[in-house]
Amino acid sequence: MSPRGRAIVWQAAALGAAGALVGLAALEAASNLKARGIASGFAYLGRAAGFEIAPGPLPYSARDTYARALAVGLVNTLRVSLAGIVLATVMGVMLGLARLSKVRALSLPAAGYLEVVRNTPLLLQLLVWYSLWQGLPGPRAALHPLPGVLLCNRGLFLPSLSERPALSGFDIRGGLSLSPEFGALLLCLATYTAAFLGEIVRGGVLSVGRGQTEAAAALGLSRARTLRLVVLPQALRVMVPPATSQFLNLAKNASLGVAIGYPELIAVTGSTLNQTGQAIEAIALATLVYLAVSLSFSLAVHLWRRGRW
Amino acid sequence: MSAGWAVVHERFRFILLGAYPRDQQWRPALAIVLFVALYVLSARRACWRPWLPAAWLAILTGAIVLMRGGPLGLARVPTESWGGLPLTLLLATVGFAAAFPPGVALALGRRSALPAIRALSIAYIEVMRGVPLVTFLFMASLMFPLFVPAGFTIDKLLRAQAALALVQAAYLAEVVRAGLEAVPAGQREAAASLGLRFGPATVLVVLPQALRISIPALVNTFIGFFKDTTLVTVIGLFDLLGTARAVIVDPRWFGAAVPVYLLVAAVYFTFCFAVSRYSQHIERSLMAHGHQ
Repeated sequence: MSPRGRAIVWQAAALGAAGALVGLAALEAASNLKARGIASGFAYLGRAAGFEIAPGPLPYSARDTYARALAVGLVNTLRVSLAGIVLATVMGVMLGLARLSKVRALSLPAAGYLEVVRNTPLLLQLLVWYSLWQGLPGPRAALHPLPGVLLCNRGLFLPSLSERPALSGFDIRGGLSLSPEFGALLLCLATYTAAFLGEIVRGGVLSVGRGQTEAAAALGLSRARTLRLVVLPQALRVMVPPATSQFLNLAKNASLGVAIGYPELIAVTGSTLNQTGQAIEAIALATLVYLAVSLSFSLAVHLWRRGRW
Repeated sequence: MSAGWAVVHERFRFILLGAYPRDQQWRPALAIVLFVALYVLSARRACWRPWLPAAWLAILTGAIVLMRGGPLGLARVPTESWGGLPLTLLLATVGFAAAFPPGVALALGRRSALPAIRALSIAYIEVMRGVPLVTFLFMASLMFPLFVPAGFTIDKLLRAQAALALVQAAYLAEVVRAGLEAVPAGQREAAASLGLRFGPATVLVVLPQALRISIPALVNTFIGFFKDTTLVTVIGLFDLLGTARAVIVDPRWFGAAVPVYLLVAAVYFTFCFAVSRYSQHIERSLMAHGHQ
């Protein structure tokens, strides 16, 4: 057979096999759903969800629709991911610079931290953060890490523009509150991702040749201007692609919140498919949302790198 | 805190070996030894020979038979009773081995000159990598029964294992692809000029070099996969983290969470740290020897 003929046969076989697999599964699913009396399609999104979700930025009650519940889940995923990315970046830069430091008291602890965080499972770290938070004193004995800030086993309470949090009865009211689930997940994602970002920062700075720094010094640039005008722009180009994939990993890892009851997208999807039985639709939606988030993020970075912004 | 160390002492066997029948616990203990022997064997460069995959197959089959029972007069133990460290090692090792052939196929597919094969490979790899692993574990535990004929059931552990392997194949594909890209094009051209067709040229010339280059990255992927097997806890399997969680929800041990987690963390850390050191060592020695 000619090479061209072989190519056609191979491709037809691959497409045929993939199509047959999907087709068989779809036929079987259709008949199983019929037998169980589950209607297929996305009509369930308009029905009342009936389950409660811990309060968050988006108002929601059990009478709201499944669509709204999913939106709440998505907002919670994005909220913890964005806060995590900011916190992880700050910590990652500090860690990377500490690793590069000639001061042993800085570089050794940073290296130790890296080994511990990278060599233990993320889910285990999340459970440790969560049980540490649950071990905090109750609202009546809340800690005051900063003026106006209260920390207890019910969460972290920050002052808002209009009021400060204060104890009222058995609970703390007023101000901005962050739940223990949000707090533990945020800390877990930030500390974990920071370890990887720290290595990226270190690699980026090391990738800029020493000649660059020396040349800048020869031109009479100060150390600060050398860093800002010469080293960082070149280091950034090396750092951005791996950092992007770390940020996407962070958003994916936010799904571990399901293990401690943080109502993110996957947790809400789980409740939805438990109640409606519409597993295919619910999981397909979650998959699409995640793909859309990660693809749009990759696209944004791609455009930024090509300088179209 | 003292309650914490008391629980570690009292429930140590359960955390390490799960709910496996007590009088049979030599079997999961021996399985741990088998897995460790397999890792030691695979780490030695003298053992990087064509018989190594056969050794993997033999040892993994042996470990599964040992856990499951049946032949040799071993009592049957249902997978629901499996747990602890042997389950973690089983999920990680079997999953990695099962993901390897499809991972290599996907890597070759992604670099194929045939557009349909390339598109299918890219779609599979990007979907699997773009979505959290938990989603696929939920699919395996909740959605799978919908896609197969009624009355056809597959063990829950096996479904989780399959989901882990199917996702891992996509990650492995990207590692192997990087290795394939590092093999100079001249190698394939030279093979073609000697009269080798695509298949033999790939298996005899390109893949051995690509895999050799990928070894450090493959070992690092294995560390990540080993840690990710803890996610089966979310769908109710009792791997090493799952048994720890099961112990501390007991109200008698209220407040004992941190010591129990520290014990489990120490096991994971020892394993992952040792393997990552090995990966660094092998990377240096491969660089020093060049690509022979």
